[in-house]
Amino acid sequence: MKNYDETTINKLELTAVKIRKHIIEMLYRAESGHPGGSLSAVDAIVALYFAHMNHNPKKPNDQNRDRFILSKGHAAPALYGSLAESGYFSVNELKNLRNINCLLQGHPVCLYTPGIEASTGSLGHGLSFANGVALAGKLDKKDYKVYVMLGDGETNEGQVWEAAASASHYKLDNITAFIDRNFLQIDGNTEEVMRLESIRDRWNSFGWNVIEINGHDMVQILEALYAADSHKKTPSVIILDTIKGKGVSFMENNIDFHGVPPNEMEYNLAMEELDVLQKKLEASN
Amino acid sequence: MKNPRNAYGEKLIELGKKHSNLVVLDADLSKSTKTIMFAKNYPERFFEMGIAEANMISTAAGLASCGKIVFASTFAVFATGRVYDQIRMDVAYSQANVKIFATHGGISVGKDGASHQMIEDIALMRVLPNMTVLAPSDATQTGKIVELMAENYGPMYARVGRANVPIIYEKEYMESIKLGRGIIVEDGADITIISCGTMVDPVIDAQKRLRKQGIQARVIDMHTIKPLDKKLIIKCAKETGAIITAEEHSIIGGLGSAVSETLAENNLSVKFRRMGIKDVFCESGDPKDLLEKYGLNEKHIIKNVRELMLL
Repeated sequence: MKNYDETTINKLELTAVKIRKHIIEMLYRAESGHPGGSLSAVDAIVALYFAHMNHNPKKPNDQNRDRFILSKGHAAPALYGSLAESGYFSVNELKNLRNINCLLQGHPVCLYTPGIEASTGSLGHGLSFANGVALAGKLDKKDYKVYVMLGDGETNEGQVWEAAASASHYKLDNITAFIDRNFLQIDGNTEEVMRLESIRDRWNSFGWNVIEINGHDMVQILEALYAADSHKKTPSVIILDTIKGKGVSFMENNIDFHGVPPNEMEYNLAMEELDVLQKKLEASN
Repeated sequence: MKNPRNAYGEKLIELGKKHSNLVVLDADLSKSTKTIMFAKNYPERFFEMGIAEANMISTAAGLASCGKIVFASTFAVFATGRVYDQIRMDVAYSQANVKIFATHGGISVGKDGASHQMIEDIALMRVLPNMTVLAPSDATQTGKIVELMAENYGPMYARVGRANVPIIYEKEYMESIKLGRGIIVEDGADITIISCGTMVDPVIDAQKRLRKQGIQARVIDMHTIKPLDKKLIIKCAKETGAIITAEEHSIIGGLGSAVSETLAENNLSVKFRRMGIKDVFCESGDPKDLLEKYGLNEKHIIKNVRELMLL
């Protein structure tokens, strides 16, 4: 197990707040988009791009890079924020999210945006795509890793289970999947819409190494990623216990903010809360 | 006689040798699609995906994103309709270098019935931006088309039928086959019959008989339905004044639709008729009986030509 010093963790937490602010800003400007699932997914994405993955924004097509595939494409703002802060494109681009003639489409598109690996938005494809990337890695004897994030509601899709079987069959231990387990999908609680529990048992029975952690705890995320990378012979899944809308009090666990952007008042409130959080983290640095 | 599926399998072996980055996927039908021939020669580059076509297509796109030339095969019905969304997002929209090679297209699949008789695939693939759509007519052409698919970048769909087909093209002819370029198989000035895939052979037979009856029909093999050889269609319309399309596919959305769009948009008011499945699901039966009942054999081609000429 690696040790993560406090400064590193504090820096990552600050980056996550910064990107949460980007998310709110982007969605407010775009007057559309998905705050809830972007805010729940952002900590794991930040851990990948700012601490864990081998990637170079100057060489987005480097053959040896680690890959991240956002299967739950509606959380695009969290990914766009991380890519911009990493240097794949200018932070200025973020303000044009969802506008015509712009780099940043409503859902990620590999042809448009540097750093985007797969075009997603129609749920259930990402893990299969990741399997293809992982198979190519094995075939070419490259040691890159493939990370993919799925929504918990997304695992309603049958294709996810085709892919889960396939990854396990081909012993794709170079894949780590995240499940953003925030318990909410558009029509309500995941267990009422289409029961998912026991998620652990499901993935276990498909032959996956299952890790369960607090999806907003940077140390736990980094430790889980390290454990997943070290695990051999089977793919790993990290079930992130998360809160939809995390970081903005009135968005937390509120399904009304799945696909509705903040209005002006909500935008101001959200930014105030995130500013307070940012100052707190800066003070403890 | 030779089966286009065998030509596909043989060509994959040849291309596998030439291109070390060529990989093949199948969904539990490798014995029928003939990808098994590649699997036996290059087991490490063949991926059996089981009966999970959606996963196969998206996995193919993932492999393509790492620089692989990916062929994915299954029956036409499972290769398109079942996985339309995966093709749309991961292949067409993403401009992935994925080649979907489907077999068992059309009603001549026969006794398995309408569940397995794909008559909408060309329409489904044609409507997707970035997608090249192909329907080779014999084994020789199939081999060349497979080679062109591998050696030209981009999303492509090709379909062949299940049955053996007489050889239409000699090997020497292969080099002149180009994507997006229709072939004048037989020349004639009275009418043009534009067909693709399994229909080209009966059209050639019909043309021979029509010639004995004094009708000079021009025969076009339109193996590429998209991008369509519009120039050739316009030329044929102007020179022969009458056009019939023939395909083992619904008359809606396929070759016939594509040709009629070209004619209408170029203000070419020629005598025109589409031969194909007339917006119905067919049924089980011997392929010969099915093609007779649903109007897609030599006899029906002759009948349609004569009727149209009399108009």
